[in-house]
Amino acid sequence: MHRRGDGAAFAHTAGPQSWKPFLHRPRVKLWDADRTGEGFEVRDQAPDPPRYAFLGVRPCDLRAIAVQDRVLMGGRDVDPDYRARRQGAFIIAVNCTEPGETCFCVSMGTGPEAGPGYDLAFTELVDDDGPRYVVDIGTEAGAAVMADVPSGAAAGADVERARAEVRAAADRMGREMPALGLRDLMAENLDSPRWDDVAERCLSCGNCTMVCPTCFCTKVTDTTDLTGDHAERWQLWDSCFDLDFSHLHGGNVRASAKSRYRQWLTHKLGTWHDQFGSSGCVGCGRCVVWCPVGIDLTAEVAALRAEAP
Amino acid sequence: MAPVPYRVVAKRAETAETVTLTLAPVGAAIPEPEPGQFTMMYAFGIGEVPISVSRTRPVLEQTIRAVGAVTGALCRAEAGQVIGLRGPFGTGWGVDEARGRDLVLAAGGIGLAPLRPAILRALARRDDYGRVAVLIGARTPGDLLFEDELETWRARGAQVEVTVDRPAPGWTGHVGLITALAGSADVDPSRAAAYVCGPEIMMRLTAQALAGLGTHPGRIRVSLERSMRCGIGWCGHCQLGPLLICRDGPVVPYESAVPLMAVKEL
Ligand SMILES: Cc1cc2nc3c(=O)[nH]c(=O)nc-3n(C[C@H](O)[C@H](O)[C@H](O)COP(=O)(O)OP(=O)(O)OC[C@H]3O[C@@H](n4cnc5c(N)ncnc54)[C@H](O)[C@@H]3O)c2cc1C
Ligand code: SF4
Ligand code: SF4
Repeated sequence: MHRRGDGAAFAHTAGPQSWKPFLHRPRVKLWDADRTGEGFEVRDQAPDPPRYAFLGVRPCDLRAIAVQDRVLMGGRDVDPDYRARRQGAFIIAVNCTEPGETCFCVSMGTGPEAGPGYDLAFTELVDDDGPRYVVDIGTEAGAAVMADVPSGAAAGADVERARAEVRAAADRMGREMPALGLRDLMAENLDSPRWDDVAERCLSCGNCTMVCPTCFCTKVTDTTDLTGDHAERWQLWDSCFDLDFSHLHGGNVRASAKSRYRQWLTHKLGTWHDQFGSSGCVGCGRCVVWCPVGIDLTAEVAALRAEAP
Repeated sequence: MAPVPYRVVAKRAETAETVTLTLAPVGAAIPEPEPGQFTMMYAFGIGEVPISVSRTRPVLEQTIRAVGAVTGALCRAEAGQVIGLRGPFGTGWGVDEARGRDLVLAAGGIGLAPLRPAILRALARRDDYGRVAVLIGARTPGDLLFEDELETWRARGAQVEVTVDRPAPGWTGHVGLITALAGSADVDPSRAAAYVCGPEIMMRLTAQALAGLGTHPGRIRVSLERSMRCGIGWCGHCQLGPLLICRDGPVVPYESAVPLMAVKEL
């Protein structure tokens, strides 16, 4: 990262961690309970979250929030902690004009222009006298905020330039995902030798799952204090790369690193569609950046396709 | 996510390591489960695990084999003790929609527990079904669940066949794999619905045998098991390919389970 001379505030790409930790927290207390005479009494943890405003949400991350919405709020059972945080959130998206080396939102259809879901969406225009912003208003709450911000009706030329800069960004993506037919590619190549190849490199560290803005898996732990009379249940982020993730009496279903990488990638790009009606990848590139051995899912997919029968 | 307190009102030892608990709500109750559904059972301070319902009415029963920390604690629960329940979750066998058909219910080991409510439901509405065959496989005669009930099932019009892997002195029944029993089910395979529950290998072979005899694979159902931490589709642990087993299962058509069970470590 380096500071530019032009005063641009958003000339960076998606940050090292997404907004996920604020909405789908790494550690959530679900309830606690006290032993009573013969039984116990449970107290549900009522969500009492702070209200957040997220400034600078990239289009890929905006889509990732929508993807998690579907997982955690779209089914029969709604995650109350997530919902409370999500409903209170005010989102200021910033369209991308400076894509990075590991970005491929265009391939995944998630950027560089923000899709629905924002309260406000900025496009940064940088001139000699500093940055200015063309603002798209997405909601009434967004309009109410803008009423207090020094602003005027955007000039047609500024809007045109803003749209053009975002369009131009689409041609400068650092990575490309051969996105067509991904779902079938995953389903039809579960026995590909490519999985052995990636397993030679993958450390099963789980970094990719921790930084991925859509990964949602959790485990729960039940504990007591030393008296044994006070119990708590906590929900913690978990990773499908963890050996115990698939624990069953009698052994772990996914004992090999190969099967765990395969689970991650085929879920993200394939079976997510079956389960939640969309892809689980938004093309933010974080998993590529954070992988300690440089595994790049776009390259793995290209290899899978090249080696497919 | 909070467990609902249930009192153990009766406890019956089924085998050396398996007990059946009869449960009654301390206060509010969970909705009545469908045969094939499961609950998340909580042992205070120890943990929570998925356990199928082994009787849905007039009382709730669950049958648990002690294999680890939580199931061990649940099996040690005595009458009067309070445990927690969430649920019911998942898909059922679909006994009601199979009315008019012959039924084959094939169980391996603890797999008889989730099938028992289906058997009881069919026998309670005996006239709604054609012939009913219950095929049971156990390791040894001592591992047989619900042994004292089998006669009642027979008396109420079910064919009940039992086979063991290793007979004990005095055993006069079948010996061998349950797959070999498939042919002895006295039903018309072409109009039968079949429910199979047990270890994956047992389900694969038994379902295959039943399909081979002429039962449409779309009417053969199996019950799948994977790690489950929430039961409500948030935790991601119970994935099997496209399925979230807590939500899309545990009971699934054999047709959709076959390709998934065939992939190692999926
Ligand atoms: C739909 C369904 C229905 C079922 N129905 C029945 C039934 O009717 N009767 C029956 O007896 N069984 C049933 N089972 C199986 C039962 O759920 C398991 O036997 C039970 O979960 C084992 O739990 P345990 O604590 O006793 O054993 P453990 O093997 O100790 O596992 C307990 C839990 O702790 C976690 N765990 C274990 N070891 C570790 C570790 N080293 N690190 C981190 N976490 C760990 C696992 O994720 C596991 O969920 C069913 C399972 C499913 C999915
Ligand atoms: S899989 Fe990688 S590129 Fe796709 S959303 Fe997750 S972290 Fe971003
Ligand atoms: S970050 Fe890389 S090494 Fe770590 S689990 Fe993911 S793919 Fe494997």
